[in-house]
Amino acid sequence: MEVVKIDNAVRIYKVGSVETQALRGVNLSIGNGEFTALVGPSGSGKTTLLQLIGCLDQPTSGSVWIDGKDVTRLNRNQRADMRRGHIGFIFQFFALIPTLTAYENVEMPLLLNGHSPKERRDRVIELLGAVDLVDRAKNRPDQLSGGQQQRIAIARALAPKPALILADEPTANLDTENGRQVMQIMEKLNKDTGVTFVFATHDPRVIQYAHRVVTLRDGQIVENNGIGK
Amino acid sequence: MIQLFKMAFRDLGRNRRRTFFSALAVSVGLAILMLMASVVNGEMGGSIQGAIILETGDIQVRAASYDENKSSLKWQDLVENPELIASQIAGLPQVKATTPRLFASGFISSGNQSAGARIYGIDPASPANDPYRLGIISGSFLTADDGGGMLIGKPIAEKLHLSAGDNVSLSVNTANGDVAEQTFVVRGIYSTNTYGFDNATIFLPLAKAQAITQTQNHASTIFVLLNDISYTDGIAKALKVSSGLKVLTWKDLNPLILDWETQANSYIGILYLIILAISASVIINTLIMSVYERTREIGILSAIGMRGGQIMSLFLIESALLGVGGVLMGVVLGVLSAYLFNIHGFYIGNMGLTGFMVVDTIFAKLTLNDTINLAVLTFIVTVLAGLYPSIMASRLQPIEALRAEK
Repeated sequence: MEVVKIDNAVRIYKVGSVETQALRGVNLSIGNGEFTALVGPSGSGKTTLLQLIGCLDQPTSGSVWIDGKDVTRLNRNQRADMRRGHIGFIFQFFALIPTLTAYENVEMPLLLNGHSPKERRDRVIELLGAVDLVDRAKNRPDQLSGGQQQRIAIARALAPKPALILADEPTANLDTENGRQVMQIMEKLNKDTGVTFVFATHDPRVIQYAHRVVTLRDGQIVENNGIGK
Repeated sequence: MIQLFKMAFRDLGRNRRRTFFSALAVSVGLAILMLMASVVNGEMGGSIQGAIILETGDIQVRAASYDENKSSLKWQDLVENPELIASQIAGLPQVKATTPRLFASGFISSGNQSAGARIYGIDPASPANDPYRLGIISGSFLTADDGGGMLIGKPIAEKLHLSAGDNVSLSVNTANGDVAEQTFVVRGIYSTNTYGFDNATIFLPLAKAQAITQTQNHASTIFVLLNDISYTDGIAKALKVSSGLKVLTWKDLNPLILDWETQANSYIGILYLIILAISASVIINTLIMSVYERTREIGILSAIGMRGGQIMSLFLIESALLGVGGVLMGVVLGVLSAYLFNIHGFYIGNMGLTGFMVVDTIFAKLTLNDTINLAVLTFIVTVLAGLYPSIMASRLQPIEALRAEK
């Protein structure tokens, strides 16, 4: 079954009177449990595509379906609800809330989803264990290394048991060893929990982990190998 | 919700100095409002209280035809046998003191200097005249049978270069329209700290005043002081006076002060608004800065599924917390400053107003009611000030927010 289906998506940005076509009619389908890389040079449209899939942005035309639902028809709050329930995000910068501890950062989406205190505690401890940072639960982000912060961000993305996790250049700000660790954790979680991962990258060391590689250039998919092709 | 509170609280803790100064702005604003309210209270209360004690009493009984502006001494404009009526009124339990008074006009002169004067014929023994007795700054107070002594106010004494014991000539209108002249001894000099009163009023014993004005057994008014100002209307209604007399209350007798109070209140209202607007703009500024600094964070919260309304709540809670801190500090500051001005008062002189009962020193008087009202008002204004930045934060597009530098 497909988690993501994109139908002829076009995204045009307007800055003043200048129009930039970030996506020029993209069709893509991503199946459940995939571990897919979106690759391409910068400006090729991979981040834009990721944002459309993540309901962070809307296509100028075309449609985006997540878990069988046309998200282009949703309003602002409905898209927020969609993100909260179905999609986890991992960003290139380590996007944690600086005032919250590692534990509280992971707990945040569970709070937003209205889980009980016991459910939250069990889930947070399970996830901190999965990213091997139980002993850092009480630390604030500024007391963690970049790699540790990114692992907390992964745990947070997984917390509400989303169907889909989107990662935008997850290793770009990490050294080789930390980058490798992060990719291995993502791969293991994909294998163990079956959650779908889609990540945008242009780092060849990351691409080698992907089970499927979708290559974009100038806002179009130029190569699409692997499952679902 | 608890998590939002926790986040809001920690967000405020991120930049402690800024948070402190923002709360301080709120608190200083509130303290100024409280001080203003207490000063106005003290001033108004002081002026009305002063006017009642010194000049008008809570209630007066006069002849129906008496015209205050003319200080008429015609017998038909006066109260006959005033002691009798006074003693009847004095029997009421709410009444503190009653005493007849005779008002006349004239002027006093010494050497080649002279000054216009309102002459008060008073019963020196009545407790209603204690404020004058207590105001004696040199010489002594009058006695009922003092046929040759008078009291003058400090401003007149200074103007005519008089001291206690000096002789002074008094000319005064009489009941039949003549002017009588007689030499008196300055028995004492008084000050009530109310320039408008002291500058115009001289005292004679009632019997002497009646004799010189040929009014005999008559008085201009029966002056009544009550145990509490709130009894005024009830007692005024309850007093049954004969048809030739009328009952007046302090409200009838102090129209100028009441007018002035109304006018002052509207000016004060405008000042309140200005001060609140300044406090509000500090809060708006602080929170807008905070929104800009945390743009990316707002994007993250939005990305993990926080709704616009929740993001708005987060910032509103921050402004509410700033409001609570500011109000708490402000109440402390306000109470302290009002207390200082309550103890020491501050001198305003006669404010250039003559013939007008204004006490020359204001003692601030802060009421619990004012404190609560102003604290609640300040809190509401602070939260409302947070509305614009909160809406701004909630409307940020997640991708715009995520693209931000911070």
